[in-house]
Amino acid sequence: MTDPLLPSAELAYSSPDAQGFFGPYGGTFVPETVIPALEELTAAFAEAIADPAFAEEFGTLLEDYIGRPTPLYRADRLAEATGLARVYLKREDLTHTGAHKINNTVGQCLLARRMGKHRVIAETGAGQHGVATATAAALLGLECSVFMGTEDMRRQSLNVYKMRLLGAEVVPVGEGAGTLADAVTAALRHWVERVEDTFYVLGSAVGPHPYPAMVREFQKVIGEETLVQLEGRLERTPDAVVACIGGGSNAIGMFYPFLRALPPGERPLLVGAEAAGLGVETDRHGAALTKGSPGVLHGFYSYLLQDDAGNPLEAYSISAGLDYPGVGPEHSYLKDEGFVRYEAVTDTEALDAFALLTRTEGIIPAIESSHALAMLPRLAAELGPDAVVVVNVSGRGDKDMDIVREAGLGAG
Amino acid sequence: MPGSDDTGTSGAATGLGRGFRPGRAALVVYLMAGYPDRATSLAALHAAAAAGADVIELGVPYGDPVADGPVIAEAAGVAREGGFGLAETIELAREFLGEPAEGAPPVHGDTGTGHTETPPVALMTYLNPLMRFGLPRAADAMRTAGVSGVIVPDMPPEAARPWLVVAEGLDTVFLAAPTSTPSRFAAIASASSGFVYCVSSTGVTGERATLREGLAGLVEQIRAAATLPVAVGFGVSTPEQAAEVARIADGVVVGSAVVRRQHDPASVGEFVTLLRKALDRAVANET
Repeated sequence: MTDPLLPSAELAYSSPDAQGFFGPYGGTFVPETVIPALEELTAAFAEAIADPAFAEEFGTLLEDYIGRPTPLYRADRLAEATGLARVYLKREDLTHTGAHKINNTVGQCLLARRMGKHRVIAETGAGQHGVATATAAALLGLECSVFMGTEDMRRQSLNVYKMRLLGAEVVPVGEGAGTLADAVTAALRHWVERVEDTFYVLGSAVGPHPYPAMVREFQKVIGEETLVQLEGRLERTPDAVVACIGGGSNAIGMFYPFLRALPPGERPLLVGAEAAGLGVETDRHGAALTKGSPGVLHGFYSYLLQDDAGNPLEAYSISAGLDYPGVGPEHSYLKDEGFVRYEAVTDTEALDAFALLTRTEGIIPAIESSHALAMLPRLAAELGPDAVVVVNVSGRGDKDMDIVREAGLGAG
Repeated sequence: MPGSDDTGTSGAATGLGRGFRPGRAALVVYLMAGYPDRATSLAALHAAAAAGADVIELGVPYGDPVADGPVIAEAAGVAREGGFGLAETIELAREFLGEPAEGAPPVHGDTGTGHTETPPVALMTYLNPLMRFGLPRAADAMRTAGVSGVIVPDMPPEAARPWLVVAEGLDTVFLAAPTSTPSRFAAIASASSGFVYCVSSTGVTGERATLREGLAGLVEQIRAAATLPVAVGFGVSTPEQAAEVARIADGVVVGSAVVRRQHDPASVGEFVTLLRKALDRAVANET
């Protein structure tokens, strides 16, 4: 795929390198058994994105199947309520299946089919990536198994049902906390066993090379569309662009085109909102960038919540999509370079933002996306009333009804 | 790169290569450090050594053992709850290597080599505990404790440079898998020291009813690329399977089937004795 927004002059931002490193982060730290599969995948991915036929097929599905471009909606009542001049919402919640995850799963499943793999596996936290994988697998006629923690299956039972309806097998993972990290480990283990006929559709910008670069490639359409949509509507660059971060796929999809198109001095403030859970001063959060330290988990080197002996810690968030102890390696690099600012948002702040968007605009966002929305009052305080902010609404909130009801929202 | 110019003599002095001797199939026994507690795991180490283990592979408890099956993963969890990590594992190895079990009987078998010395120890650890400890500090601590080398399943040769530059005097064993390509066999063999670990099947560690077809061919491919001994592991769980492997490889790694008995050091000793006899018989019948 060509990069229409890419200046031909020297790049202000380029990575990863050939070994998949973003600065010191990323790489390939996995058992030997899967290395040949990763090498095969790296070659197939490079070949596919250089092939105009692949780009055309992916582009057609993005448009006709997923429903792209998604709108960039000017949310005036939300802007007024948060004390900002303008707020633009990138409506990934309006994609087919209701979250940005589908961009990546259609891309990866197309690649799986191109590589002659008949079977795909995936891990899922909130269930959105699982549903998106099951959907793409149904579309392309692939066999599909989704690994999901038992705690997440409880929290997101509707998505479990949806995956089964779509013809996927849902494999419960009872180890550990029964959440996303455990599902990733189980999927990796399974892949080690069935590597010869199975394609692992990884759902976030994490994992060994080439996954972080590949997920970014399939998600960068979010930021590319946003740049085009802002043109003509706004005489200037927005002051800030915000996205939530679990592994970081919607955020990198939004940020990357801004990083590529604009030199550092002309970029908006890029802000990633990670999960502070019950507070970063407690041990119940998912703020790897705010509170973690570099280490290796799930095949890559990045900021990580870990104990003194190097064991990964359990992450917590009210949102099943953000309770991951690691974060995509590119985000670790962007943090260290100062290209993106990362802040942590508590469960309570996210629920408040959820309620605010629902009541002011009639849009029910995912709890994950609510973490990004919760940055708006903070940005208003910092940037002032003339500021213009873009927020990526990465998914819709239908899946979260039980959780917000349990939290007591809408009761009063 | 340590050991890359190993001709078998320097490694034989202090390294893991000491466990591989002509006319004998090496028995590599895996035990989990700190499982079910420190004292029992130390007793199990001594029992395995006394019963004829040639190399000890000592597992470092870790919270995300992606290459291990349920038996080893659960043992790691128990050991971690007891406060075991890399530091405690190195300390356990130091104690084991420093004081051979009293009255250890000479090994049973008809090779007549005797076996009263303590077998060399390789730590089997995932990469992150090493990194968290600090690679140079970890290498120092291991050398001081008398540990002979490491096996790091999530550190492929391409990612091993930072470790290898500080690991002088320690063997680093890399793994070759049924999915490895010929060019990778060469890279794995040239990066390895001590021995090359051949993963018998795709998937995680654990007992399997049958060994993968084509295992002999796999071992041959590794042998063609390596001058080091080749040991086969993952899925070897019975004396019969161990004997089968001994006919085609220089060594046999038995892990989950031992760890399953580790709560009772006496039964570890009995099981290792059975494995030892099976290996010695297999080699005797060959010649």
